Amino acid sequence: MTGILSIDGQTIPFEDGQTVIEAASAAGVYIPHLCHKPGYTPHGSCKLCTVKVNGRNCSACTFPAADGQTVINNSAELQHDRRRITQMLFVEGNHLCPSCEKTGHCDLQGVAYHLNMLDNHFPHFYPQREVDASHPDILIDHNRCIFCNLCVRASQQKDGKQVFAIAGRGINKRLIVNSPSGKLKDSDIHVDDQAAHVCPTGAILIKRTGYQVPIGQRRYDHQPISEVALAEAGSHDR
Amino acid sequence: MTAKIKVATTSLAGCFGCHMSFLDIDERLVALTDVAEFDRSPLTDIEHCGPCDIGLIEGGVCNSENVHVLREFRKNCKILVAVGACAINGGLPAMRNAISLEDCLLEAYRDGIGVDNAQIPSDPELPLLLDKVRPIHEVVKVDYFLPGCPPSADVFWAFLTALVEGREPGLPYELVHYD
Repeated sequence: MTGILSIDGQTIPFEDGQTVIEAASAAGVYIPHLCHKPGYTPHGSCKLCTVKVNGRNCSACTFPAADGQTVINNSAELQHDRRRITQMLFVEGNHLCPSCEKTGHCDLQGVAYHLNMLDNHFPHFYPQREVDASHPDILIDHNRCIFCNLCVRASQQKDGKQVFAIAGRGINKRLIVNSPSGKLKDSDIHVDDQAAHVCPTGAILIKRTGYQVPIGQRRYDHQPISEVALAEAGSHDR
Repeated sequence: MTAKIKVATTSLAGCFGCHMSFLDIDERLVALTDVAEFDRSPLTDIEHCGPCDIGLIEGGVCNSENVHVLREFRKNCKILVAVGACAINGGLPAMRNAISLEDCLLEAYRDGIGVDNAQIPSDPELPLLLDKVRPIHEVVKVDYFLPGCPPSADVFWAFLTALVEGREPGLPYELVHYD
């Protein structure tokens, strides 16, 4: 079964089983997101993809497309909300871009650039977070984790392992590693696992690969995430 | 002739890199000085800020002196601008926020490698350190933000020319970066 919905007045076809974000992406419409990734089970936690469906706020990554839906994506109000959400992500962790290896390639940064976020608006929390450098090839810097759950899903669904989980709630929420010591070196993660490469921020990094791409040639130096994400979603669908 | 626009600048807990980047507008400085003049700034050595149109603040707030200077700027500047990563989110100096102030001082002045005549500086002339480095918007109201480490010369130029010409300043995608 297929149907038609409208996003910001544009007619968008969809196939049965698609979510709003999948239908939008297939039609070349970018909806900002961080915890969503094509090919992964939707998680619906970052709320950046919030759109208005028939007047009601919904997460586009989890909401099923349905015939006749009227979706608002690119309104000033939604962009403002998304900027505030992104600012909250920045102040809740320790996101100091100039000292991060992921800078220029970071999706959190890319979304913030796309939203023309110039400041962090809120008071900074400066939480105490650890760095796990125990693994010979992979580094975890918890300062930069946004709890998108992508590494958890990658490990389970792509790698057939159970290396990561999110534990705790609210202020105590944290990424944990499934190993006797809780350290990454004692887990069964491998540097080629998708879980080691899926992180949208600089929380999980491959050692000895930082700063290899010069400034000016990095992922988001010239091309906004709205174009990069659509191109990648397109290559995933093919 | 209308009066020139008055601009003041300072570096709090910063490295003067933003000021260096500002100077990278190069020959455009000449055009700028046709319409603007500098009040308190490292470029003029004027010690205190008088009434100004624009105040550019580089660096975050790490000690009591930073707080006083920042408040002086806010009091005197019609438009206050946070310039660079440190003013906006604390930047690299804020990396000390994960370490207690006592441990920072002990490591730097007593326990660190190569420390001679170990003692924690306590001269009353020295400003007291804050327990954490803070971005300036947590201390005073800030009107505009220029991200970057440092913001490029083109960012300064785009921002200042917009203000001078009476347009609302905005930064296109290419000029927005956090590093």
